[in-house]
Amino acid sequence: MPKKLIIDGVEIEVADGTTLLQACEMAGSEIPRFCYHERLSIAGNCRMCLVEVVGAPKPVASCAQTVNELRPNPDGSPNVVFTKSPTVKKARQGVMEFLLINHPLDCPICDQGGECDLQDQAVAFGVGGSRYHENKRAVEDKYIGPLIKTTMTRCIHCTRCVRYMTEVAGVEELGLAGRGEDAEITTYLEKGILSEMSANAVDLCPVGALTHRPWAHNARPWEMRKTETIDAMDAVGCNIRVDTRGREVMRILPRNNDSVNEEWISDKARHVVDGLKTQRLDQPYVRKDGRLVPATWDEALAVVADRLKNTARERIGALAGDLCGAEEMFALKDLLGGLGVVNMDCRAPHEALDPALSRASYIFNPTIEGIDEADAILLIGTNPRIEAPVLNARIRHRWRQGGLEVGVIGQAADLGYPYVHVGDGPDSIAQLIGKGAATAARPMIIVGQGAFAREDAAAVLASIAKAAQSLGVVKDGWNGLAILHTAAARVAGLDLGFVPGAGGKATAAIAAGGVDVIYNLGADEFDIAPGPFVIYQGTHGDRGAHRADVILPGAAYTEKSATYCNTEGRAQVSARAAFPPGEAKEDWTVLRALSARLGRPLAYDTLGDLRTQMYRAVPHLARVDAIQPGDGAQALSALAARGGSVTAAAFQAVIADFYLTNPVARASAVMAELSALRHAAGRNRVAAAAE
Amino acid sequence: MLADKDRIFRNIYGFHDSGLDAARRRGAWDGTKYFIDKGHDWIINEVKGSGLRGRGGAGFPTGLKWSFMPKNDPRPSYLIVNADESEPGSCKDREILRNDPQVLIEGMLLASFAMRAHTCFIYFRGEYIRERERFQRSVDEAYAARLIGKNNIHGWDLDIVVHHGAGAYICGEETAMIESIEGKKGQPRLKPPFPAGCGLYGAPTTVNNVESIAVVGEILRRGGGWFSALGKPNNTGTKLFQISGHVNNPCVVEEEMGIPLRELIERHCGGVRGGWDNLLAVIPGGSSVPCITADVCQDITMDFDALSKAKSGLGTAAVIVMDKSTDIIKAISRISYFYKHESCGQCTPCREGCGWMWRVMERMVKGEARKSEIDMLWDVSKQVEGHTICALGDAAAWPVQGLIRNFRNVMEQRIEDYAKAHAEAAE
Repeated sequence: MPKKLIIDGVEIEVADGTTLLQACEMAGSEIPRFCYHERLSIAGNCRMCLVEVVGAPKPVASCAQTVNELRPNPDGSPNVVFTKSPTVKKARQGVMEFLLINHPLDCPICDQGGECDLQDQAVAFGVGGSRYHENKRAVEDKYIGPLIKTTMTRCIHCTRCVRYMTEVAGVEELGLAGRGEDAEITTYLEKGILSEMSANAVDLCPVGALTHRPWAHNARPWEMRKTETIDAMDAVGCNIRVDTRGREVMRILPRNNDSVNEEWISDKARHVVDGLKTQRLDQPYVRKDGRLVPATWDEALAVVADRLKNTARERIGALAGDLCGAEEMFALKDLLGGLGVVNMDCRAPHEALDPALSRASYIFNPTIEGIDEADAILLIGTNPRIEAPVLNARIRHRWRQGGLEVGVIGQAADLGYPYVHVGDGPDSIAQLIGKGAATAARPMIIVGQGAFAREDAAAVLASIAKAAQSLGVVKDGWNGLAILHTAAARVAGLDLGFVPGAGGKATAAIAAGGVDVIYNLGADEFDIAPGPFVIYQGTHGDRGAHRADVILPGAAYTEKSATYCNTEGRAQVSARAAFPPGEAKEDWTVLRALSARLGRPLAYDTLGDLRTQMYRAVPHLARVDAIQPGDGAQALSALAARGGSVTAAAFQAVIADFYLTNPVARASAVMAELSALRHAAGRNRVAAAAE
Repeated sequence: MLADKDRIFRNIYGFHDSGLDAARRRGAWDGTKYFIDKGHDWIINEVKGSGLRGRGGAGFPTGLKWSFMPKNDPRPSYLIVNADESEPGSCKDREILRNDPQVLIEGMLLASFAMRAHTCFIYFRGEYIRERERFQRSVDEAYAARLIGKNNIHGWDLDIVVHHGAGAYICGEETAMIESIEGKKGQPRLKPPFPAGCGLYGAPTTVNNVESIAVVGEILRRGGGWFSALGKPNNTGTKLFQISGHVNNPCVVEEEMGIPLRELIERHCGGVRGGWDNLLAVIPGGSSVPCITADVCQDITMDFDALSKAKSGLGTAAVIVMDKSTDIIKAISRISYFYKHESCGQCTPCREGCGWMWRVMERMVKGEARKSEIDMLWDVSKQVEGHTICALGDAAAWPVQGLIRNFRNVMEQRIEDYAKAHAEAAE
């Protein structure tokens, strides 16, 4: 039943269960707060959000009080709330004074300066001076890992970090130890926090108690240009903000998008920053006498054009890697397609996903938001905690609300929530076929790369599709078949049809040396056999570049505007936050220049023109932030129709090391440190599960 | 003065055996089955009619509190007996636990039945180790005699769980106690929801003081009317008073509510050390209530309403008597230190304010302050009071406020003396 309130003279009607704080915000009254956060449980401990409710004996903590719990007025009139009255002002000033008496006020040397809630609210709601003349409390700093720098004297004990770690990240390693003014936030054992999402706690910290260690004292927030863009570290497509100073990327922060990442990002997405600066390919190279020597663009493109012209089209192959934007894949397909090349693939070896089988066969159909509605989830061949930490947090969030059953077929890893381990391999899927429909109203099957990074992938997928049909995973208004990708480029690549044409060779055949010339567009995750002449276009001196005969330096994901489709098939466009280093160029322009050398120039001179043509080919890429659904039932029958026999081998993890999954991450010293720590702690979950 | 026949706790001095048989001879467990047969609501109404107000300090009507428990709820109901008696000055529950345990156990059965609870927890103060052991023996005795437990002779299954705290004052706060029993850190919860709606393990729960529960059996046996005829209107019945400090004979004694303070001290405690005129101040209800001066003590009566009118409180009726040898500022400063030490640290005003008040108080003890700081101290105490999650903030603020209200002249004198003594050195 909606409830009427009068807040600062504004009459407002709010829904049941609304908190007083939310109601005040709706009525346009700003309420200061430190401990309250929309995505965390309510602690009510900072006491900054006190408001005056007429008739209540004391000021009320508005974050913790729902409007239903307000005592009704005897005459039935709506409750009257004041947020700007002298009582409230006095109460807030009092709380603010208390918060500041033991705060060091070292803002000039604090990294939080300029984006500090305490600073802002002290100005807005505090008094000018302090009456506290005693000694201030000093608190020893704690070690809680290489990402989070602590200056615990600044802590105001709001416990947001504790609640985040416990509730969202799912690691109960942080707590408030001690009592009274001796209470301290600590891991107690002073161990690093073992979570893939720990750094979000720093964003939540309203003061400078937790700051980002890798960026310590690097820049002030007001010096940096902020670019809203998309993350490419995994296939979730987290919305991020890249802060740059001059040409340099200084930091990456999450952006709110309720449908995708809420306001979290993984530690990898955030702290890969230094990887954007090291090991970069900043000029073209050509291999001469077995050694890669620097070359000009002219020389390099000449060599490439010469090779492509003088090789038969069926002896040319193309590969696209995990971080490619749709634009360059489109341009490469366009370019090579013009030459009649059909050997091209954007998929890792043994992938059985086929864009011909309807879009629903390769995207996360129920959508990430759909996890909130699911009541049963079966994870097959995936460890979402490592493959998509933010998505895993969403599952955990759903589990915390109750009424969710989770099953796992594959490796039994620590996911942060309990599950039933159904089995290790494809046998367990076969058992589900013909068992009748699931009792769950909204069942979901999440299929990870582990299920089809294997020889019998098509057969495994067929078996999964049959199980899905039998369980009734696809029904009216619900398509519970969810393919979880790990590469940001993959879905767009499949949408563009960057797969072998008629009689064309797929990734495995190309990489094994089935062609003479390979155009490698940033594929670094597998080896290419000796033999073929390899043209590598990419960003980092990684595996692909080492094997290359010609290197064409490209732009990293922060350095270009590109279209990415996340695992849901949601088209998102990134923005350029910085420029590529040295002579490196945006990738589509390299391909455009090469096409001119080949004498068959691509029909676009600007990114806009390219996109117009790309949208003509794949219209849904134009619908940014929307998901083009596929026909679920058709996808299932198409997948089920493919044959082959299944081997009994258990599903393996596709990601051996969360922190080192792509060239940017492998170039990052921070990621290397995290990886080493994880191994040293003997807590690499994948390794532990394998034992 | 309370007549012997009206005493509820007949072994409070521990002169007799505390065992089950002896307790039965003194009247415990008499007619319990009869009361249970009368039904839940009859008991609640009888307790309501007795006018019994909670003996833990706040003085909330016990029967009313019980009636907040939902009647048709699929969740189990719980009764928690608060034996975390940690308030400085308070020592009445200890005597009940030691000497009259069966009276309490009988009350636990009756109260649990009234609130439809089949499990009753009793939360012991961490330091009450022997008391807990002894009480556990009494519970075992009651189980053995089938007075409680499954299929007992009263026809209402009841399990009593004796839970031992770890010595934190804050666990005496009802929601912190619930957290502590659940195995969590003892920090008060936000209210609402109140325990009667969502308490222990999310189920309806009532938390009552030991004394409130222990008197229930006798109230039912003699009728609510008997209890309400004792004492003063709205402050009925008998009460255990605990007198400590500068009296000749500190004691715990059961008396009628509303007994004049002077009579209480002179009749039961052999008077103030050095005579009534040597009295400086009294803290009438345990460390958390403001002190009252000797003038007020002259004719104040010991009940909730009279004391709150005198800007103090009955609290747990733990009377701390201070004669003129007391350094009242130092005494209050020590209390401030206690609250600083026991603040749970959860919410801002209490966590930061208690330490601030104590530090200023320490300077006030020496006089190393400015007179304007007395007003500041008052202001700080007002900033803590009423702005916290639980009542510990209020409890920390009131003694300081009582001091300033009643002994400002002493504080100012101390400051002047200090300034005088240090004036030369400064030159």
